[in-house]
Amino acid sequence: MRVSGIVKRFDGREALRGVSFEAHPGELVAVIGPNGAGKTTLLSILAGILAPDAGTVGSPDGQVGWVPQQAALYRRLTVEENLLLFARLEGRDEPQAATEEMLELTGLRDRRGEIIARLSGGNQQRINIAIGLLARPAVLLLDEPSVGLDPRQRARLWEFVSGLAGGGTTVIFSTHDIQEAERYGGRVLVLADGESLFDGSAEELREAVRREAPDAADRDFETAFVAYLHHRGH
Amino acid sequence: MRGVRWLLLKDLQILRRSPLQAALLVAYPILIAVLVGFAISPGPNDPRVAFLNEVPSGTRINVGDQELPQVNVRERICQRVECVSVADREEASSKVESGDVLAALILPANLVNKINSLSTLAPGVPEVEVLVNEENAVKAELVDDRITSLLAQANLAIARRMGNEGSRYLRLLINGGEFKVLGESIPILGLRATARILEAVSPAVPPDLRPSLEQVRDFASQARDNLDVAQPLLDRLTQPIAVKKVVVAGESPPLETFAIAVAATLTLAFVVVLLVAGSLALEREENAFPRLTRGLISSSGLLAEKILLGIGVGLAVTLLMLLGMQLFVPLEWERVGLWLVAILASGAALGAAGAALGAAAREVRAVSLLAFMVTLPIAFLSLVPSGAVSPAVFDAIRFLTALFPFKPALQAITAGLDEAGPGIGRPLLHLAALAGVYAFIARIALRRFSAV
Repeated sequence: MRVSGIVKRFDGREALRGVSFEAHPGELVAVIGPNGAGKTTLLSILAGILAPDAGTVGSPDGQVGWVPQQAALYRRLTVEENLLLFARLEGRDEPQAATEEMLELTGLRDRRGEIIARLSGGNQQRINIAIGLLARPAVLLLDEPSVGLDPRQRARLWEFVSGLAGGGTTVIFSTHDIQEAERYGGRVLVLADGESLFDGSAEELREAVRREAPDAADRDFETAFVAYLHHRGH
Repeated sequence: MRGVRWLLLKDLQILRRSPLQAALLVAYPILIAVLVGFAISPGPNDPRVAFLNEVPSGTRINVGDQELPQVNVRERICQRVECVSVADREEASSKVESGDVLAALILPANLVNKINSLSTLAPGVPEVEVLVNEENAVKAELVDDRITSLLAQANLAIARRMGNEGSRYLRLLINGGEFKVLGESIPILGLRATARILEAVSPAVPPDLRPSLEQVRDFASQARDNLDVAQPLLDRLTQPIAVKKVVVAGESPPLETFAIAVAATLTLAFVVVLLVAGSLALEREENAFPRLTRGLISSSGLLAEKILLGIGVGLAVTLLMLLGMQLFVPLEWERVGLWLVAILASGAALGAAGAALGAAAREVRAVSLLAFMVTLPIAFLSLVPSGAVSPAVFDAIRFLTALFPFKPALQAITAGLDEAGPGIGRPLLHLAALAGVYAFIARIALRRFSAV
């Protein structure tokens, strides 16, 4: 996926200011930044939900799967009914087979008959991601996928997502948890006030933080990162 | 269309999964509709009235020397009301007080004597007694109307009899005949015969007396001719004003049919508006809207699906309700095709209005409240007839109700149910126009759904 000079304005305010980056097959790209940085806006533009005011988005062959921050599921339908509905809407030739495949992938085969409202937040998020995968996308966009999950659920979620990337899917996820980005993101894109501050590996980000905020370099990474943002004027 | 089909299936699954909400969605509008239907239906044609006849049996009404044929008073009165027999005044009074009967009608023992005195030199005032319980204004008004109507009919019947008797006297005076008084039969010559006799004896009368005789003969002729004119006048006296009803605008079906149409339209309106608005808002509440409109289905397709859902469920519930109504009021089943057209067109326009509300309010709870706040007042305003309010207010009401599909839906369904109503074409066109306008508004309002 190739993103070049994306600009987005809301009522005259610039939410994104010329953001550019590339993501390659099997790569896990973390988009981090404080609240209001423009993470969700960027992912919405990549997903085709919002149109940019300037710039281009080049997608690879195959669809771009999008998983919104809050589970986009029908809470009164069962796990299987949700998967089957979206498999049909995606136009899969064999929707039942696609549903079985996703039940297997999410490890929720035994709970296929349960209505979504009764599932834990983590399991809902797994179904949410599975629906994003039904179209077999080359790129999967995850908007803050771990929000509201406990540590165990979070670990299972990232195990699941890492498995997808291992299978060749490009995964771009947003988060405001710097440690999560460092741990799971093969590459990190730092956004602040709609501006792209950094694009590189987690190690390179640590180097940049040490270089630009030396006073905080000895403290924990999150504190150092905040100092880095402050140093960059955000 | 593939997406529409699967989303329809999904919405029906959600409805099935929420039996309480689905039951309320259907039951509540039907309850309101039936209550409104009851309120505007004519109600029982024969209100319960306690009846006590104290007039001694065998007493007959006399007009002049004529004894009118004996009339079964109870039978006559009970054609108009449901009579409840009571033994005495106390029982009558008790039944009125308890509300068991609307009123009590008592014919006192001297009623017939008083009526008979009307044709004497010392006429009395015949009176009947009416016991009422004016516990509320509506009931008091109803009792007044019924009793006034009953007495007007009784007075009219007596006046006709007396008019007929007067006419008989006139005919006797003009044509002559036998007049019975106190059992004696008195021959009456009559004006016609008087004039003839005077003409016949005129040649034998001395010439100096003939002018006087001529005057008497002329008087007899003029009196006969003028009294002939008086007879139709006397006939009209009993009912001086006749009613000639000319319908210049609007053709109304029977009240029962109209009440059914109101009930059916209310049900349809609530079911369709609430369901379409609610299910559209639910797509946003479940965060599914952006996912769906990311290539799975277009916004217009989603709107079409919701409107189809409303039409389908609305049609089923309305037909079910009409079938229930059939138990009480016979419906014209040969017009079922027109019912269906009216219900489908109404469902489409109401569904489009519901979609506009759902897209505007965006949250299910807000949508439900808004749907009630819009539908109920519009429905009641649509029932306000011309003449009930000032012309300016009525014009405002007419304008307002024309903007919402309830009134044209009511007109279309009324026309579908009964041929005596207004034509179905115009309301169908009105509904089609409103469906288009509201679908457009909904489509515009849906853009806000995508806001991040």
